[in-house]
Amino acid sequence: MSVAFFFIAAIGAIAAAVGVVALRNPFYSVLALAAHLVFLAGLFLLLRAEFLAFAQVVVYAGAVMVLYVFVVSYVGGGEQLPSGGALKVLGPLFALALAIELFIATLGSALKGVKGKGAPYVSGFGTPDHIGSLFLTKYLFPFEAASILLLVAAVGAVVLARRRRGLEHDAELERVIDTVRPAYTGTMAEAADAGPAAREQPEVEPVGPRGHEGGW
Amino acid sequence: MAIGWYLAVSAIIFCIGAGGVLARRNPLVVLLCLELMLNGANLALVAFARMWGGEDGQIFALIVMVVAACEVTVGLGLIVAIYRRQLPVDVDELSELHG
Repeated sequence: MSVAFFFIAAIGAIAAAVGVVALRNPFYSVLALAAHLVFLAGLFLLLRAEFLAFAQVVVYAGAVMVLYVFVVSYVGGGEQLPSGGALKVLGPLFALALAIELFIATLGSALKGVKGKGAPYVSGFGTPDHIGSLFLTKYLFPFEAASILLLVAAVGAVVLARRRRGLEHDAELERVIDTVRPAYTGTMAEAADAGPAAREQPEVEPVGPRGHEGGW
Repeated sequence: MAIGWYLAVSAIIFCIGAGGVLARRNPLVVLLCLELMLNGANLALVAFARMWGGEDGQIFALIVMVVAACEVTVGLGLIVAIYRRQLPVDVDELSELHG
């Protein structure tokens, strides 16, 4: 049973990975990567990494993929660039050479454990209980470093993606600041009785039943 | 299943990702292929954790996921910034740092 499950998950993961690389439209690549992550979570489950599989599906296939989908739909990734000239041939060749080397390194190694099915199963292996207690005792420093790293990345992404020059030109700035608006609609310029809007704009008669004298 | 099978799958996924990083030109797809490579490495880490019977490899895989999330946010921010400045969204055209 676990053999069949392994082959379903492994073939699915590899096929989806091929799809990520081969599909022309970036949007379909993102969807293929989401499928790949779900299949990979199945492999993690077979390896008794329950919490990791859960985090993979929720964080990766959920949150990160949503981010990707947003950016693809914002940038409009449907341009379908043709692949580069020399690298289109050299890239797969390099990947093939790397695969052969990795196969030799892993399967041809003298590690006895590679041929076996792994250590005997201990109850609770890979559960949130164990992972959480490890994170708060033995691996507390990496845990905190990861949180700082996430904070830095979030701030960095905001700094990178913000509008560089703020509002584009003076004309646009004036359009925002000096918009003609009825009096007593609650601007700070009215409160301070100053500012370009209050000084330069002709007085606009207030609307509604309340006159000048009855203002707040 | 023997641990070697998992390592083989992780090697294949890693190589597909590496080939994609080299062959594709859209920076979005390059980021996706980087994710593939990180996932291949993650699978190897978890397989070794299972082989050894310790959970340290799974912790390492979780930290790799955190780093991957950071890389994604910064990378996507860069792509949005490139798009905002109306530069071509193409890694071959963005060669001003080429020297």
